[in-house]
This record gives sequence, C-alpha cells and structure tokens, in this order.
Amino acid sequence: MTIIRAKNIKKTYNHETLPLEVLKGLTFDIEEGEFVAIMGPSGSGKSTLLHIIGFLDQQTSGTCHFNGKGMDDYTEDEIAHIRNKDMGFVFQAFNLLPRTNVYDNVKLPLIYSDRPEKEWHDLIMKAIKAVGLEHRVKHETSQLSGGEKQRVAIARALVNDARVIFADEPTGNLDSKSGSMIMKTLQELNQKHGYTIILITHETYTAEHAQRIIKIIDGQIKSDRKVRKRHDANHGFKK
Amino acid sequence: MKVLSQLKIAVGGLRTHKSRSALTILGIVIGIMAIIMVMAIGKGAEDLILDQIRGMGSRTMSVEPGRMPEGLGDVYDIFTESLGGKEVEAIKNRNNVRGDNRVAPFVGLMETVSHENEKMRTQIHGASELWMEILTISPEEGQMFTDADVKQIARVAVIGSEVRKELFGESDAIGQKIKIKGQNFKVVAILPPTGVMMMMNIDDLIILPYTTAQKILLGISHYHAILVEAETEELVPLIAEDIKKTIRELHSITDPSQDDFKVGTMDEAMEIISGVTSALTILLTAVAAISLVVGGIGIMNIMLVSVTERTREIGLRKAIGATKTDIITQFLLESVILTIFGGILGILVGAGFTWLTGFAIREFGGFVSWKFYFPISAVFLGVGVAATIGLIFGLYPASQAAKKSPIEALRYE
Repeated sequence: MTIIRAKNIKKTYNHETLPLEVLKGLTFDIEEGEFVAIMGPSGSGKSTLLHIIGFLDQQTSGTCHFNGKGMDDYTEDEIAHIRNKDMGFVFQAFNLLPRTNVYDNVKLPLIYSDRPEKEWHDLIMKAIKAVGLEHRVKHETSQLSGGEKQRVAIARALVNDARVIFADEPTGNLDSKSGSMIMKTLQELNQKHGYTIILITHETYTAEHAQRIIKIIDGQIKSDRKVRKRHDANHGFKK
Repeated sequence: MKVLSQLKIAVGGLRTHKSRSALTILGIVIGIMAIIMVMAIGKGAEDLILDQIRGMGSRTMSVEPGRMPEGLGDVYDIFTESLGGKEVEAIKNRNNVRGDNRVAPFVGLMETVSHENEKMRTQIHGASELWMEILTISPEEGQMFTDADVKQIARVAVIGSEVRKELFGESDAIGQKIKIKGQNFKVVAILPPTGVMMMMNIDDLIILPYTTAQKILLGISHYHAILVEAETEELVPLIAEDIKKTIRELHSITDPSQDDFKVGTMDEAMEIISGVTSALTILLTAVAAISLVVGGIGIMNIMLVSVTERTREIGLRKAIGATKTDIITQFLLESVILTIFGGILGILVGAGFTWLTGFAIREFGGFVSWKFYFPISAVFLGVGVAATIGLIFGLYPASQAAKKSPIEALRYE
C-alpha cells in the first residue's frame, strides 16, 4: 500500500535577492513498510523534502499525499493529529526537552494524543525498552550520551505507534559506534516491527542500512534503487 | 489534550525557571497586596472615623466661629470671636430655637501642665457636664465638676488616665494640685483609660469648667464652640436652621454667604468624612491598579522572553502533534498560573499587613476601636483581577508562540 505519494514537488524559497529553487520537481512513491534512505550532499534539498512529506512544510507546487490525501485536504488541527498519530520524527539535534527525564520526553506525543492516560505508562515503557534504555528511565537528558539521546528521540517517535518514522540525519551528531547502533535500531524497527522508515543522510554507509536509496543532487532525483530485499513484518510492537 | 496534562506542562515550564517565575509574580503580589490593603485599611479608617463621629450622638450639633475659608487669603475669617455669652443665651431661648435643647460653650487650648517636678504638654478642654455626657465618659475616681463649679469659675480639673500616670505615677491624684500657666487647679476626678474618641486621645485630656479655662487660662470672653444637644434627632435639621437664623439676626447678617459662624450636624460630618474616605480609597486603588498593570506588563515581557527562548521546544511540540490551541493554552496557563499564584500570595500578604497595620494603629496610635476589616470580596477581586491580568498580558506572547511554523521554530538557533 502506498503511504506517501510525491508528484512533481517543487520548493522555492523567496530570499531577498533571488528566489532559491531547492526542489525541482520530484516524483516518487513510498510503500508502507519500506525503509527508504534519501541521500544527497549538503544543500541538495533532502531535508526540505523530508519536511514536505512529513507535513511540516508545504511545497511551492506539485502534490504530496500521505495516506491518499494532501496537506491542503486537511485542516491545521487534522495535520497536527496526523503528525501525532501516524508520524514520528527523529532529528539530527535530538530536540529533547531540557531538564526533563527520559520518561517524560518519551511521553510528550501522548499528551497531544487521544489515548487514555491509563495506557500511557505501558506505551512509554514499551518504547523505552525497544531502544534499550530501561535503565535510564529517570535520568535527565543532560546525563545521557549522544547515542542515548538519539535513542530517546526514537522512543518518542515510537510511543504513539506511528506508521512512518522520519529520521533526519539521525547519526549526524554521533560517533560511528553510536551511529551504527542507531541504524541497527531503525533497521530492527523496520524489519521486525514493520515501521516505515524514511531516512535522510549524506553518508553512503548509513544509507546502506535501508532497502531503497533515493539519491538527490541539486534538488532533483539522480537515482532511485532498491538495495535490499524488503522484510514484510507486521506493524507495531503489540502484534 | 487533557487539562491536567496542560496544567502539568505549564507548571513544569514555570518550575524550570524558578527564580524568574518568583520575580515575575512579585509585581502581581505587590499590586494585589496594595489593592487589598487600600480596601481594607480605607474601610477600617472610614468605619473608625464614622464611629467616632457617631459617638458624639446624632442629636449633637456644634456651632463654631468663622466660616469655611474660600481661599488662602480667607484664612483669618476662620478664627473669629463671633461666639460669646449672648449667642449662647440666644440659642437657649426657646423663642429663637425650638425644642428643649441643652447648650454648652466650649474652649480648648494646648498648655504645659505640671505637678511638682513632672511636666507634660497636653490638650485642655474648657467644658461642662454636657461635654462629658456627649463623650459618654464617667470618672473612674472622684466626682465630675458641676454647673455650680462652672458658675463659680472653680479651679478644678478632671484628668485623663495618661495625664495621671505622667504627673502622679502610682500615687493618689484626687485632691492633689496641678499647675497650668502658674495657676493651681485641684484634681477632682480621673477618667478611665479610653483611647481615642472623636479623634481625640481622651487619656491625654484635662477638662476644666469652661468659665475657668476661658477667664483664668485664656483671658477671653468668646468661645471656641457652642455644643447643642437637640431635644430629638428629628428636630436636628430644623434646630440647625433656627440657630443659623438666630445668630444671623444677632449679627445683622442678611447674606448667608457672609456668615461668621457655622453650624455642623453629625449627619453632615459623616457625609463629608464618608465622601472624603471614599474618594481617597478610589484614588489609592487607582494607584494600586497602576502597579498591577506594571506587574502585568512584566508578565508579558517575561512570557515573550520565554516564548523566544523556547522556540525550538514549540517547534518540537508542533512537530509531534500539538495544535495551535495546545500551544496557546500552554503559554496562557503559564501566565495565568503565575498571576493567580501571585494573586493568592498578594491576598495573604495583604491580609497580614492589614492586620499588622491595624495592630499598630490600635497599640501605638491609641485607636482602640480600630477593627480588622478584610472583605471576602477582596479575595475574589484579587484572584479575579490577577487571572484577568494573566489572560490579557499572556495572550499576546501565547499567540506569538502558536503562530510559529514548526520547521522554522525547529531551525531556530
């Protein structure tokens, strides 16, 4: 089933001097359960593309559908609801709440969800266990290593059972060992638990963890190839 | 999103910056405290003054020489010698003034009083038995001087409890002599400790027959006031008019604006005092309200700083599903919690200071009848005003926060 359909996506930033065209007509589909790496050098427009397909930003022209509908088909509140329920974001800079412990950081998406509060604890603990941080539950984020912080961010993306995890350079701020652990975690989430993963990276060895690599250069798709066989796992931890 | 979770987030946000939050609410605490204190002390003062005036009895009127000054150059007119024996007799005459009224002249002065080596400067009233009845005081020791003493210009004195303490200490004062302006006066009675009544400290008072004070101490033939106790309360306005008419005829005054005397009733006095204290309360409340507005602007300023500082957090919250309403609610709740907390603290501190002020007024000011007044409406007003200020001044920062695009907010450095 196609979960993301991008058709001729263009994005232009209107700078004071000259308009800057970052994306120049990108078209692709992403199936549910896929692990796709969007790869390209700095400034190629890959992060902008992730923000558009993650409904965090809007394209200048073209269409981008998530689950059959475009951003314009939803109200602002519905988009917020989709981001909460169906999407999970992992950022290069972790973006964790300061002076807040692991448990409360992972809890954050649930606060904005319709899930009953009595279910929260189990969901939070499952997500924390999935990234192997159960021994750090009460630690504040400032007490964690970079790799652990990124695992907290992944747990936060998982906690509300998102269908798609958008990871924007998740290993960019990590050493190679921690980066490799994060990639293994993402791979496991895709292969064992059926999460759709969309990974943004500029590193070839990071991209190689994915099943499919879309290479972008200068705002255009240079190549789109499958590098691994897809694993068809059922989505979620509960199954 | 659940209200409780919203509250937890807001409280968490505030707890992260404890000292900043504390300083922010200080402005609100001071504003609410000022309003509470102004309301409570204003009301307490009004009640006290009205009680003191009411203490003179609603039948009592005073006729005083001079008239209200109409400007700075007019000040001499206040101290005229327009009231003397013939005015007293004219007022007593039932052909002039209706009713079976009691009339008593009054003179007052400040003088040094001594007994052996002890000295004190205090207020001396030249009055009669009627004055004591108006004050509703009876001597604690000894006997009050009589009308016969007044007629005979007797050198007798009734002294307040503080005067006795200052001049005689623990020893017996009745029958002893006190010296005023080189003249000896025999102490015939001592008043009980009474405190302030009718804006006078009774304990510091010395009362002499008015004839004695007038002739021996002052050497004058006029009076400083004529006290009139009307036969009935209903007759007061009519009697006041009769008195005015009588004295005008006596002084050949045709134009009332040229009156060289004034007649005051307790109702008029209470009306004036009530008006003055209400106006003062309004004025002071307005000043206190300004400090609240300043506190509110402080809140807005801090909330704007907080929004800027937490731009990435706002971006993150939006990215993981917070709606505009969620963000507005979070920041509004933060400012409302700050102001409500400040309001409650302001009420408590205000009540405490009001009580302390009342205590000081009673203990050190001698106003024993001062009542601790704390209107329950002040609590609702305090919290209501504080919450409204939080809402009004928190709305702009909150809407600024909610407007932020998630991706721009996440990119904020």
